[in-house]
Amino acid sequence: MNMKVNIAGVEFQNPVMTASGTFGSGAEYSEFVNLNKLGAVVTKGVSSEPWEGNPTPRVAETYGGMLNAIGLQNPGVNVFIERDIPFLKKYDTKIIVNVCGKTIGQYCEVAERLADQPVDLLEINISCPNVKEGGIAFGQDPKMVEEITKEIKRHAKQPVIMKLSPNVGNIVTTAKAAEEGGADALSLINTLTGMKIDVHNRRFALANKTGGLSGPAIMPVAVNMVYQAASAVKIPIIGMGGIMNAEDAIEFLLAGATAVAIGTANFTNPHVTEEIVEGIAEYMAEQQIKDISELVGAVRG
Amino acid sequence: MVKWIMAKEFKDTAVIIRQEEIADGVYSMWLKSSEIARSAVPGQFIAIYSRDGSRLLPRPISICEIDREDGALHVVYQVVGRGTEEFSGYHTGASLEILGPLGNGFPLKGKKAFLIGGGVGIPPLLELAKQLQCEKQIILGFRDVTFLTEEFKKYGKVYISTEDGSAGIKGNVIDCIRENGLHADIIYACGPAPMLRALKEYAAGKDIECWISMEEKMACGIGACLACVCKSKEKDAHTNVNNKRVCKEGPVFLAQEVEF
Repeated sequence: MNMKVNIAGVEFQNPVMTASGTFGSGAEYSEFVNLNKLGAVVTKGVSSEPWEGNPTPRVAETYGGMLNAIGLQNPGVNVFIERDIPFLKKYDTKIIVNVCGKTIGQYCEVAERLADQPVDLLEINISCPNVKEGGIAFGQDPKMVEEITKEIKRHAKQPVIMKLSPNVGNIVTTAKAAEEGGADALSLINTLTGMKIDVHNRRFALANKTGGLSGPAIMPVAVNMVYQAASAVKIPIIGMGGIMNAEDAIEFLLAGATAVAIGTANFTNPHVTEEIVEGIAEYMAEQQIKDISELVGAVRG
Repeated sequence: MVKWIMAKEFKDTAVIIRQEEIADGVYSMWLKSSEIARSAVPGQFIAIYSRDGSRLLPRPISICEIDREDGALHVVYQVVGRGTEEFSGYHTGASLEILGPLGNGFPLKGKKAFLIGGGVGIPPLLELAKQLQCEKQIILGFRDVTFLTEEFKKYGKVYISTEDGSAGIKGNVIDCIRENGLHADIIYACGPAPMLRALKEYAAGKDIECWISMEEKMACGIGACLACVCKSKEKDAHTNVNNKRVCKEGPVFLAQEVEF
């Protein structure tokens, strides 16, 4: 049975990755998960300078989901290079670094700082709904998506994954814009903008008022968007959005994703990523599937 | 600077030994979890997962007592939403997925101490009271109905305040300290933010060491998601900004090190 997948010339031992922002740089979850078993660890967003993030409360639970407005708090690329990359290098897994910035120049600065680092791919976050500058502002305008992709491709040494926002009129347009700009792969979806109001004290549940909705509540939206994008572009897609178990992950593969990322489910079960790898292998054995590529986009019309 | 030895965290299937309502909406639950009980220290917490798939996030609940011999944990919590309401409905023999022990815990020092709790901030002070070897003055503040007061009396002199005056002094914990003319060289406290703010100011005025246990909305419980941060006076070594993770560097902080 072959579970290996290839994205932009990088081979992953299986298609299961962590979703950026839910897994730190892997250190905390390494107490619960054997990182050697994962296809890749996708790190929390890294910016050129340290970012403090948003005021608290930063999270709120919703029915079948959660809202977060962390605001991309991170220690900055220097600490990341000194501390987090050496930690991840101890494991036999691929490293995908999520990159964030307030300006195109800041994204490029991080890409350049990472150029000579043992990092396998970069995932460019142009879809965070919780920061005022950068983030989603770049991800909602197809022209901007193409431009920023081109510019980052000029500075990046590693293959570039563009992480797309579902908060757009047509996901196909942004997916094509990223492909046109030279993206090597796409990640989708980031969180959906949402709001929760506490009726007892009549306040917003989040200090930021709005946050990004994740968890199983958004999965059908994500599956549809992955299907739409996969039908429209040639580059591989990493599918994510509410995956809780192996069956959910397989839905994304069938919809056209080459790999999947697990986010919110880590909070519900810290062992979940490893369990999903095992669950996909069991499904393949049951269904007599020899190569995982047989599943990609294999939904019957 | 106090150094803590970080105990390993476990996800465990804990079995409810017994559960009862000890005050209106306040529940006392004993859980069998040998691994977590073995390494837990006063001031740490566990996170309890819901069995309902619509509730994704575990609920952080402070550890009230640790029985290492029987491998059991005591938690006392208030029903504040659907998650805690679900937990309150489980009986002896039911199992719950839990994560712990989480956070740092209180440093045990031998100074004449105030242990000050407000409302559902009171429970974690019970195990602390048990383990501290010093003169202990235990000050418990309630809105109206009191709980756990008899348990605390075994470990020190207990002073009570209630907002409505139905038990002890009418007022808050600071009023209770003043009216009883109490003094201490160290404060350990857990309770609502306004109480902790008042104690921070009180301790600064008296120039005494003050350890407070903070609370914040959490997601992962293990320091990965950066949801539950609090503002810190100095740049934090891990986050590299003026934020500390309540679930990891905390929940117990020196009052002067955090801003809230």
